[in-house]
Amino acid sequence: MSSLTSGPLKELGKESYHWERFTPKQRFFRYFSYLIVVVILYWTLSSLDIYWPWVWSAPIEIKDMFSRMIPPNPRALSEIIPALIETINIATIGTVFAVLISLPIAYFGANNVSPNKVTLAIARVIIVSSRSIDTMIWALLFVAIIGPGPMAGVFAITFRAIGFLGKLIGESIEEMDWGPIEALQSSGASKSHIISYAIVPQVLPTFWAVAILRWDINIRESTVLGMVGAGGIGMLFQVAIDLFRWRDVSMVLFSIIFVVLFGEIITGMVRKKLI
Amino acid sequence: MRQEKNPLPHDNLYTWKKPSFIRNPWLRYGFILLIAVYLFYAFSTLSLDIQRVIRGIPRAKQIFSSAFPPNFAARGTLIVTGFIESIQITVLATTAGVLLSIPFGLMAAKNITIMPVYVFGRAVIIVSRSLHPIVLGVLFVKAVGFGAFAGVLTLIIYTVGFVGKLIAEAIEEIKFGQIEAIRSTGAGYLTILVYAVFPQIMPRLIGLTMYQFDINLRASAVIGLVGAGGIGNTLNSAFGRYDYGTASAILLVMIAVILVVEAISGKLRRFTK
Repeated sequence: MSSLTSGPLKELGKESYHWERFTPKQRFFRYFSYLIVVVILYWTLSSLDIYWPWVWSAPIEIKDMFSRMIPPNPRALSEIIPALIETINIATIGTVFAVLISLPIAYFGANNVSPNKVTLAIARVIIVSSRSIDTMIWALLFVAIIGPGPMAGVFAITFRAIGFLGKLIGESIEEMDWGPIEALQSSGASKSHIISYAIVPQVLPTFWAVAILRWDINIRESTVLGMVGAGGIGMLFQVAIDLFRWRDVSMVLFSIIFVVLFGEIITGMVRKKLI
Repeated sequence: MRQEKNPLPHDNLYTWKKPSFIRNPWLRYGFILLIAVYLFYAFSTLSLDIQRVIRGIPRAKQIFSSAFPPNFAARGTLIVTGFIESIQITVLATTAGVLLSIPFGLMAAKNITIMPVYVFGRAVIIVSRSLHPIVLGVLFVKAVGFGAFAGVLTLIIYTVGFVGKLIAEAIEEIKFGQIEAIRSTGAGYLTILVYAVFPQIMPRLIGLTMYQFDINLRASAVIGLVGAGGIGNTLNSAFGRYDYGTASAILLVMIAVILVVEAISGKLRRFTK
């Protein structure tokens, strides 16, 4: 035990030295963090509002639900396919809008190129509030404002994606190399020339990567927009659930998985080609 | 101007142009045209209607004027208990989800499993990654009833999809030297896992857990919209009662909590590195 405290080098020659991975201080710290985790878990389990009989019957209920879903109903496809196309369209148009809007916001939100502190602060506030509010909450808001339909979905996707794109593109502007900018400045280039010949080429790879990533995420998100009335496959899902048409539910689930994988494969292909 | 013109007969000194992404001009313009046509078509199907936006403006004004100033007092206790429940759901789901995603991650790592197990592990991860937490939330609310338990189950599946995939990828990148070293001592499968595989993925796993906690907290705020417990429930009923003052108070607290948790998990992640 005392081998470490009295200096391991002195003890090296002796038989009694045995290797230990952590110093006592590290060990204390580790056990202390374990203790914190256990206390938090205990507090959670003891005070969370869970009705335990439902927990014990959960496996039976879940099995029962799945058994009702088999086999999926292929006749539901006639409704599902148009809804799937609408889902992809919402995601795409929402991404296009978000990209267009997020570019100036990213520019103003990057602390090395933003014209002044006020524009920086405004852009940062827009980015944070857009990012922190989930797509579904934006969708609730837009359904309340402009009524149900895919337009509310497009707006919800756009407003959530602006913050995401603005933050990541802004960070890539902040990380860029100042050499090309100074080179252009010394040749007397104007502001717009500096942006298009020194900033844009450096940010472009990140821009494409982030835009493609967001399109992929947006497809996932747009599959649920319909549940609050904002268009896409989500509405069919909600209707099938509400009418207890379990075989339609499983068909919808399969098609959601299909469309998400489709988006993932396309983005994977484009990414490999582009970057 | 004349002098700048290229004097050489074979003009390989022509003005430099950036090489295009697609070499073949037919293919390139065809591709651009295709995308333009698709965007135009998609745009036209969505019945985007500027009139509706204009008609929505007074409604938006009404909503925002009743949302500001945010009303923290009227449902103060409900907001607090809602957030506590969200955090509890997140704690439980992250713990159980990460523990569960370790075996699925092992199954889905190509280099240490056999083919049938790999296919099964990948399938589980793909399915749980593809379904949005709200879809899972609706299913679990139907199966086990309203409340926090459905939320915990939802986020467990969600965690398995995300963490499981990244664990599998981390395992696929490990060095085999250590596995061979342990194996040469005559160790069994479990010993190899504990002494050769886990030490190599542990730093990634801890970082991922922090990150997933952050993601789960965000998700737990929305799965409440479909009845799976937490602050989302409170928010949904505030929207349902047109009580936009309370709704905006909840949204503001949500932004604050998410930013704080993001900062803490970022600090912890850097600390574990």
